[in-house]
Amino acid sequence: MSLDRSTVKSIAYLARLRVDDAQCDALAAELSGILHWVEQLAEVDTAGVEPMTSVAEMTLTQRPDAVSDGGDLRRVLSNAPAPIDDYYAVPKVVE
Amino acid sequence: MTGDLTRLTIASARDGLAAGRFSAVELARAHLDAIDAARGLNAFITEAPELALALAEASDERRARGGALGALDGIPLAIKDLFCTEGVRTTAGSHILDGFVPLYESTVTGKLRAAGAVVLGKANLDEFAMGSSNTTSYFGPVKNPWGPKDGKDLVPGGSSGGSAAAVAARLCLGATGTDTGGSIRQPASFCGIVGFKPTYGRCSRWGIVAFASSLDQAGPMTRSVRDAAILLSLMAGHDPKDSTSAPVPVPDFEAAVSQGIAGPFRGLKVGIPKEYRIDGMATEIDDLWRQGEAWLREAGAEIRDVSLPHTRYALATYYIIAPAEASSNLARYDGVRFGLRVPGETLDEMYMNTRGEGFGAEVRRRILIGTYVLSAGYYDAYYRKAQQVRALIARDFAQAFEQVDVILTPTAPSDAFAIGDNADDPITMYLNDVFTVPTSLAGLPGISVPAGLSGRGLPLGLQLVGRPFDEETVLRTAAVLERAADFGGLPLPA
Repeated sequence: MSLDRSTVKSIAYLARLRVDDAQCDALAAELSGILHWVEQLAEVDTAGVEPMTSVAEMTLTQRPDAVSDGGDLRRVLSNAPAPIDDYYAVPKVVE
Repeated sequence: MTGDLTRLTIASARDGLAAGRFSAVELARAHLDAIDAARGLNAFITEAPELALALAEASDERRARGGALGALDGIPLAIKDLFCTEGVRTTAGSHILDGFVPLYESTVTGKLRAAGAVVLGKANLDEFAMGSSNTTSYFGPVKNPWGPKDGKDLVPGGSSGGSAAAVAARLCLGATGTDTGGSIRQPASFCGIVGFKPTYGRCSRWGIVAFASSLDQAGPMTRSVRDAAILLSLMAGHDPKDSTSAPVPVPDFEAAVSQGIAGPFRGLKVGIPKEYRIDGMATEIDDLWRQGEAWLREAGAEIRDVSLPHTRYALATYYIIAPAEASSNLARYDGVRFGLRVPGETLDEMYMNTRGEGFGAEVRRRILIGTYVLSAGYYDAYYRKAQQVRALIARDFAQAFEQVDVILTPTAPSDAFAIGDNADDPITMYLNDVFTVPTSLAGLPGISVPAGLSGRGLPLGLQLVGRPFDEETVLRTAAVLERAADFGGLPLPA
């Protein structure tokens, strides 16, 4: 699959990545190159093969459904780039 | 004495501290001085001399009271800057984590700290561990201490390039690394040290900045196989905070190394996978591989040919699965809760500006590939297909391990290349991991042992791969290779 400019733009939007218009063509060529290369997998016969979703064959355990941590607002917010009072702050979302 | 302290192994430093031949503070100072003198390597993103000396003093006090914590008490280590460290800036080699100071300690580094380790600082790495040369770090490339060669600085390999360079240059006695497709083993090979990626699930991933969660695994980087065993014993173990960490006991890995050294081991079967003899393989790599085979045969092992037929599809499989998982894991970096924020008029603009500016070129490339292969309409053709081929690769290994106990391969297809080489085409760079990626996809333990020098006088490693959770056989065999190779490490300055 070869990607064109507009596909690159739309993937970049899905990934919420700003991509300069000037970079789009070069990026499209690079990504197309990688996709062509990985498409060699098409020649492998995988009929009836279960997709491997985990290396570890183990049953997930459950912990007791109880609060084990939390209640420390100051620590939670300490790495926030632009908190306001007791909140994370973002640009206005609802008009 | 101070100069000599950086030449010790972890095992000999442990014995020296126990015997009172030097203090943890002297040991820490010797390494802090070495770090100062080698700043040109750019091996560390954050140096932590005050923390190191405070930890070393506390270690000496414990020992004076008769309360030393064990094997690692007072041992100076470097920590790859992908492990979150409480109160010490953690960057993952990225601009997007600007100013991030974790409020918690990763499980693995917490275990090392609890065992008395002295943290010297946070080692440089490829951004988010994505790279094989340590050139994608926002904080600049690391130089391989074996360089320069022919007037050019060399890469240390990656992604754990700072860890590998620091261990090789004797700036620390050992380091933590992480390995997703070869990020411990390939830099170990390039820098002439031991690097061990244990079985997936052996070490907790909690508190390690995630790249590809089904592949990421922490492991030790050291100057001897015994040291790798000592570190791994303390890094490993079940952790309720990582649901994929294995609830299995941690064996005495150091004892396995002693067994290997005691050898010979009759009955051990070593597999040589013919598919790893790739087209265009450098003669010196092939020669070293045959030499390794001869060493193990001389030690009493039986050598058998094995087949891993899907090997040639491993890289393509990896470069679908790893970017897919990365695109999902890296969605959390949005400029809201921590790290860099680049303002925008709307929330979406803020996300896009922050991520566009915060991520470097290789990370952006992988996020885009990952987003594409997971997107509606392409999921089955790419991601599901890759998961199926991954199952076949794992099955190849399982079948080979019905016939042999351990598999011997080269670690990397070349010695260390110059900074800036292999940079024109991402796929050329990806080919560095051709021998290490299959092991990662199958979740198996793999170690790189320095085994010889290339024609240019640069280190080359051999890789041993074992059955799941059979690190002991891998270490036992690695000890034999190490003794036969008698590598010696980076030549000391005259």
